[in-house]
Amino acid sequence: MSSFPDGGRASEQPRWRRDFPIDWPEDQLVSRRNLLRFMVVVSTGFAAGQFWIGGLALKKRGEKHPRVEVARADQLGVGESLVFSYPEEHDRCLLVRTSQDEYVAFSQKCTHLACAVVPEPDKNRFHCPCHAGYFDIKTGRPLAGPPRRPLPKIELEFDNNTIYAVGVIKEMT
Amino acid sequence: MAVPDNLNFYIDPNRCIGCEACVQACSECDTHKGHSMIHLDFMDRAETVQTVPVVCMHCDSPTCAEVCPADAIKRTADGVVQTALKPRCIACNNCVLACPFGVPKMKSDFKLMMKCDMCYDRTSEGKKPMCASVCPSQALFFGTAEEIERLRPRSRPINQFQFGRQTIQTKVYMMVPRHSQESLLSVTGILESEREESADMLLDNLYEEDQP
Repeated sequence: MSSFPDGGRASEQPRWRRDFPIDWPEDQLVSRRNLLRFMVVVSTGFAAGQFWIGGLALKKRGEKHPRVEVARADQLGVGESLVFSYPEEHDRCLLVRTSQDEYVAFSQKCTHLACAVVPEPDKNRFHCPCHAGYFDIKTGRPLAGPPRRPLPKIELEFDNNTIYAVGVIKEMT
Repeated sequence: MAVPDNLNFYIDPNRCIGCEACVQACSECDTHKGHSMIHLDFMDRAETVQTVPVVCMHCDSPTCAEVCPADAIKRTADGVVQTALKPRCIACNNCVLACPFGVPKMKSDFKLMMKCDMCYDRTSEGKKPMCASVCPSQALFFGTAEEIERLRPRSRPINQFQFGRQTIQTKVYMMVPRHSQESLLSVTGILESEREESADMLLDNLYEEDQP
């Protein structure tokens, strides 16, 4: 056991000497109380984190999407597409007229690494040029390449001649 | 494993012949391979050929560890002060400046203080440290108190040192003449006597007395 420069006893030494002992055995010692304290704090933190993540997910599920006018129905010819923003300004989406009276809309963000997908209506697919990913133009499901999740689908509503976006359907599989 | 209690390290500067065998052997030790931790000091080259091997004295209150801001220097239960812990050492040089015996070496290329650890891989197994195993005159001796008593009838070991106002007890013993009156050795005494003798302007400023 080391002695102290002032020649005093261990009990007379200031607190910091106990916290930073020179002796190897004391320095390596982790007391049961400290270990338990550490475990309680860390596991409480993990548990709280789980609730926080769960809360965020619940909050998101309850969110209402706005009703936004996208285009007029006769604005697009068959096989033509249009880029719009929904629900936020930076969420780029694609509206495609697949046939005379069929319109589909999907998020433009590839579910692999968020490149912008390009519609290829003549081949009934969206093409992501970054890593050659393909999505079905009707359902948004991945057809080939690295993406594993479908493109988020934008719900559309028709009122007279106007197309409105009213919601986002995000599927995880 | 720990260094056995009955084995001690004895330094007898009188017997040192300056062959540097210890310096070479030290760099062969596995705890600091390739780096010699021994300082072979020349006392006064103009006056004498006397040399002194300096190994760590392993103080009971290690000044190097006291001044370490990174809590990197540790003393194992058997009293051996170890080289700085690599993850903690910040290469600040405090220990090098503070050690009364001038033992720690700063290895700036790997930003680590390294010092004599009494060849911990060997002594913790009951073997002699490298330097003591090669010293031809046994100025560095590692063995029991009985052995040194029998082998050095004209000397006695001392392990009390005075460093400023602090008295330090060390794990390593220094041999002094058997009938000398000294009960402790003053580490800084030599500096003070030098100062009185010399009219060195630099030294005078360096060792200015503390005003009470």
